[in-house]
Amino acid sequence: MITLAHYLTLGAILLCISVAGVFLNRKNVLILLMCIELMLLAVNMNFVAFSRFMDNLDGQVFVFFILTVAAAEAAIGLAILVVLFRNRSTINVEELDELKG
Amino acid sequence: MIFGIDITVALFYLFATLMIAAALAVISTRNPVYSALFLVLTFFTAAALWILMQVEFLGIVLVVVYVGAVMVLFLFVIMMLDMNLAPLKSGFIRYLPIGIGVALVMAGELLLVLWARGRFGAEQFPIPADRAADYSNTEAVGEWMYTQFLLPFEVAGIILLVAIVAAIALTQRRRTDALVQSPARQVRVKRDERVRLVKMKSEAPAQGDRT
Amino acid sequence: MDLKTLLIVIPLLPLFGAIVAGLGRHVVGRAGAHWVTILAVAASCALSVNVLYQQIFAGLETLNFSVYTWMVVEGVTFEVGFLVDHLTSLMMCVVTFVSLMVHIYTIGYMQDDPGYQRFFAYINLFTFAMLMLVMSNNFMQLFFGWEAVGLVSYLLIGFWFKKETAIFANMKAFLVNRVGDFGFLLGIAAVLMTFNSLDYAEVFAAAPEAATDTIALIPGVDWNLMTVICVCLFIGAMGKSAQAPLHVWLPDSMEGPTPISALIHAATMVTAGIFMVARMSPLFEMSEAALSFVMLIGAFTALAMGAIGIVQNDIKRVVAYSTLSQLGYMTVALGVSAYSAAIFHLMTHAFFKALLFLGAGSVIIAMHHQQDMRYMGGLRKYMPITWLTGWLGTLALVGFPFFSGYYSKDAIILSVGASERFGSDLTYWAVELGVFITALYSFRLLYLTFHGPEKFQVVPGADPHAHLPDGQLAHAPHESPLVVTIPLVLLAIPSVLIGFFTMQPILFGGWLSDAITVNPANDVVARIGADIDGPVGMALHGFVTLPFWLMMGGLTLATVIYLFRPSIAEAVKARAGFLYRLLDNKYYFDQFNQKVFADGTVKLGRGLWSKFDAGFIDGWLVNGSARLVAYVAGFVRRWQTGFLYDYAFSMIIGLIAILGVWVVL
Repeated sequence: MITLAHYLTLGAILLCISVAGVFLNRKNVLILLMCIELMLLAVNMNFVAFSRFMDNLDGQVFVFFILTVAAAEAAIGLAILVVLFRNRSTINVEELDELKG
Repeated sequence: MIFGIDITVALFYLFATLMIAAALAVISTRNPVYSALFLVLTFFTAAALWILMQVEFLGIVLVVVYVGAVMVLFLFVIMMLDMNLAPLKSGFIRYLPIGIGVALVMAGELLLVLWARGRFGAEQFPIPADRAADYSNTEAVGEWMYTQFLLPFEVAGIILLVAIVAAIALTQRRRTDALVQSPARQVRVKRDERVRLVKMKSEAPAQGDRT
Repeated sequence: MDLKTLLIVIPLLPLFGAIVAGLGRHVVGRAGAHWVTILAVAASCALSVNVLYQQIFAGLETLNFSVYTWMVVEGVTFEVGFLVDHLTSLMMCVVTFVSLMVHIYTIGYMQDDPGYQRFFAYINLFTFAMLMLVMSNNFMQLFFGWEAVGLVSYLLIGFWFKKETAIFANMKAFLVNRVGDFGFLLGIAAVLMTFNSLDYAEVFAAAPEAATDTIALIPGVDWNLMTVICVCLFIGAMGKSAQAPLHVWLPDSMEGPTPISALIHAATMVTAGIFMVARMSPLFEMSEAALSFVMLIGAFTALAMGAIGIVQNDIKRVVAYSTLSQLGYMTVALGVSAYSAAIFHLMTHAFFKALLFLGAGSVIIAMHHQQDMRYMGGLRKYMPITWLTGWLGTLALVGFPFFSGYYSKDAIILSVGASERFGSDLTYWAVELGVFITALYSFRLLYLTFHGPEKFQVVPGADPHAHLPDGQLAHAPHESPLVVTIPLVLLAIPSVLIGFFTMQPILFGGWLSDAITVNPANDVVARIGADIDGPVGMALHGFVTLPFWLMMGGLTLATVIYLFRPSIAEAVKARAGFLYRLLDNKYYFDQFNQKVFADGTVKLGRGLWSKFDAGFIDGWLVNGSARLVAYVAGFVRRWQTGFLYDYAFSMIIGLIAILGVWVVL
């Protein structure tokens, strides 16, 4: 028997893996972006599971919107990455400390 | 039922295991290309799980949009950028303990929230019955989206448009060394800007010059 | 038109006139301005007289109606409304009549002034404001009228706004009145707080229930609420009616043109305080202490301000101090619960004091704006009408039997004598002595101006065509034109007669009883009424009473000193140097105010600026908070590494914390 908790657990594990990914990859911005996609997938997993188990279509529509925004985010994120690489010739996170005041 | 096990349960565990393994591979492989490909696998298995939940439309959309578009974009960028892969993975081991520690704490907390006191068990959320044979998930989502969520749907379209414009604006370079025509300027030009008529006295040859 | 519409029209006519003459002054011109304003006031006056006539002969009932509801806030309505009872109609007639006289007089007095139309607009506006004040049926409209007359007073004192002293005087009047108005506003606020209404009728009906309430302004000290309310309201009256120590603005207000000195600073506006206290009699009757306060303030003003009048040389200032003194008499009458006597004196005083002011103005015209009495004298033969009316006004002022002032002032003195209020003995002697002083300065003014040798000398620099190089007038002074003398004559008639005819109904006939509430235990007017049989009897009895002989004493002394032996005045001045200096410096009120309040405020301001503003606010709060931020930021900035994963890490820490809360729950 697969209950809601099973699906939510799957989402939680996915989220933890992506958080760990953010931690471990200190060098590559691309992997960071992928980790963010993974987090979104974890969220989507929860939405879909709740939608199914509560028999409410709102959740699925929300997943659709999240996919939309995630696609836009990926496009812009990658565009920024390209510009960044063009200007700095690196995507090493440890060299990107311009945020420091 | 195969060997006394419900086939859907078996499929769930199969895909779940695959998915976690693929996700772990995403964050641990050296080569970003492999990471991207494992991410694709993660998305595929996620889509499979959704379809297992009889959420077919989103499963297909996930494959088409993510695997078909977003991940291709990722791969494209990875290949386009000429980056040095060697140093990109250094420090992985150094941060491994803290990364695993944080992840385990989070996972522990999340699992506690999920499983303690049976908040999300079968009692609170009974397992839904299977959909009827003629039920169309796509139709249901479509109807819902184009009625109840029409305005957000339009807004989402605008967000995508803005993303396109932003991505182009960010990456576009105006090259100064390229020779380009400007048709507008060519059409707009006036005669006076190109030709200057000069009135001069006709030069009569000097007296002694006649040879 | 029904009566209510007529009543609304009465104040609106002068407002209309003011707008036409003021805003359209270039359109209507000089003649247009005076015609439209005079017609407006004349119509207003006629309608007011009509109302009074109907009340006397047609038995018109008291009218109390609201015209317009401005707003309703938490059950308190703010309205424009009219209350027309006998007190109101009497005030309306006095105000519009004196105003009409002054309007006509102004044609002559302001003849050559460039601000001709502006002046007419102001006095018409004043008439509107004063009518709104007296006709109001609620505290808000009363306050509106109160402030509006104050505004016009301010504008008119500074009418000659290029004159330094006039600007100083109008600023002074403004500031001193602000002090009074603040008290008044506090009083109104206390009324609103106590009764949750601003309507006279509602407040007066509820007043007896609040008679024993107390209020602790200073924690631990309980004061009778009614006393607090009445004292606050009376502070407003002190400012407007120039009672010591808020009187200092009135003598300086003489910087304004003489017509407004007559209208605003003698006959009507300054009596607004007296009117207000009489109107609030149901409240004042609740508080014995407040009435005692009122009475003592009045007694001091009546005696002390009259005494200053003896040493003044400026003809208008003598009359101004006389006004202060007479206002003191009215206040004393209020203080002994003789409200009807106060209103009666208010009315007679309005006529004879307006007359005296306008007479003084007539003299000033003849002397080419010389106001110093030492340079006048012997004007009797040049300006007989002014002289005659001046004598009539003076006799009314000093209270010569059969003249109007006699009845009103004697009623006050008798009331004080009959009163048993705390301090009434002292007050009695003050008002008796005041009669002597009044006679002394009044006849001094007459003698110095109209009798004795001619000592004409013009103001240096003023009006160059009017005098010869040695300071002599170029031609003999002559009587003023008809527009000046007609108002004098018209005012002289009521000054002489009105007391005789109206004393019986106003004082003893209960004519004002619909507006004025007197506690039977305090009703001194009724007590003295028992001994008086009609105006003739009262006047005849007057010849054998103390005030008459005090007045005759003052007259005799003035005659001896100023007509026959001027040297005595100099001798007294030399002997009693201290007393003279005290009077000449007006008891040092101005110097005190200047030193303590003006300089003190400046010092306080400087102190606050340097210590509090620059030191504490700027130094500690503003710069201190900036320093604190910089100090804290010095530590916190180290957390801002600029590395993305550090920020992600702090987010995750937050996430873990939130999840922790969920786990515990």
